[in-house]
Amino acid sequence: MTKPQKNTMQLDELDNNFAKAIAKAGGEKINLCIQCGTCSASCPSGRRTAFRTRQLIRRAMLGFRDETLSDKDLWLCTTCFTCLERCPRGVDPTDVILALRNMAVEAGHMLDQHKRVAGYFVKYGHAIPINEETRKRRANLGLKEIPPTTHKHKKALDEVQDITKKTGFDKLIGFKWEKGKK
Amino acid sequence: MPNRYPGLEAATRNVAEALGIDLLDIEGASCCPPPGVVKSFHRPTWLAIAARNLSLAEALNADATTLCSGCYGTLKDANILLKKDAAMREKVNKILHDYNREFHGTINVKHIVEVLYRDFGVEKLKNFVKKPLNLKVAVHYGCHLLKPTEYRTGESAERPKLLDELVEVLGARSIPYRDKMMCCGAGGGLKSSSPDVSIDMAKEKLENIKKAGADCIVTPCSFCHLQFDRGQIDVAKQLGVTYDLPVLHYVQLLGLALALDPEKLGLYSNAIPADPILKKL
Repeated sequence: MTKPQKNTMQLDELDNNFAKAIAKAGGEKINLCIQCGTCSASCPSGRRTAFRTRQLIRRAMLGFRDETLSDKDLWLCTTCFTCLERCPRGVDPTDVILALRNMAVEAGHMLDQHKRVAGYFVKYGHAIPINEETRKRRANLGLKEIPPTTHKHKKALDEVQDITKKTGFDKLIGFKWEKGKK
Repeated sequence: MPNRYPGLEAATRNVAEALGIDLLDIEGASCCPPPGVVKSFHRPTWLAIAARNLSLAEALNADATTLCSGCYGTLKDANILLKKDAAMREKVNKILHDYNREFHGTINVKHIVEVLYRDFGVEKLKNFVKKPLNLKVAVHYGCHLLKPTEYRTGESAERPKLLDELVEVLGARSIPYRDKMMCCGAGGGLKSSSPDVSIDMAKEKLENIKKAGADCIVTPCSFCHLQFDRGQIDVAKQLGVTYDLPVLHYVQLLGLALALDPEKLGLYSNAIPADPILKKL
């Protein structure tokens, strides 16, 4: 038998410091929100999904830390900044979402597809690395086969990789150096 | 961009040459990094890598330009943030010093469209047009060229004009269409995390653009370009709808008006053939 769904919360289950933590992580103005819903009404992603920016912000303000950070809908924002431009209170919802995403990744809720892209970045210095086909196309277009980037300069790639170690990005995304390094 | 759409790189280099604009390569640059993904994951890494790229451009003593609004968003935002926040700058420079680099804050970051509109100038551009384009163009601004407006250059986010003016000076007509200012759906890591939602957004725009009777779509961004160009192949495969709308980056459209060879503008490396518009010219 399925358990009845719990629909009440005890106040002590909420994280009272969550909004403060979001503010510190870059969503400084979250507390200015008056729940008018201009953000949800402006959202091209919410037009076709259950993603509701207003709800996300409300839940975060109330202190539903785990529910907010583990919610996959957090990743439905395209960062188009329409809500940020239109918010009458200057909450900068896009910045709140980016702060929440940083916190979600920190809490271990990173999507596999994103780990892959981030891994490419650490490995090649490019989120989309070059391949044989593109090299040929570049040559056919009269371009240098290898672009003058980390693809061409080994030292530059070393620097970029070293920076990702210093900031802890490699560990954060679970990058395996022995596998990743050529 | 050099790895996904080298045709756009070729178009930019050839157009710049025709206009007498000197482009310098930022040797050793990395991915900007992408604002939608790396900034979503870890802001300090996003900022440090962006600062490194900016410091390379500073060493060339030239403003940085890009034809992707995502790269622009990262470099532009990071440049402004680091210029105004001394504590943040110090933190980032502490990392960069290990490689004998430093962010000084001596240059500006400009989107290629801005360079053409503000620095080169629409009037001057007019004099270079050799072949006025008899085309109906659906202008797609995308998001990060204009927003957040606080960190951009004063253009309205709801009713901007610069790209329409740049298109019309080439003899083409910028046609109105429903939800013109809507996002293409590619950004924010959505294309990798939820390709179905992402492509549904592109489809909505394509639908509106087709209904308005456009000959082609013009974007200022290589990621929007990818979303509409290769995205049409995905829409056809997954949803069974075809639009056959050629997608051009603004530099490609400009190149046509300068009477450059379509091949040199990378028009044959787009997924959707540009032949219908080439025939019309």
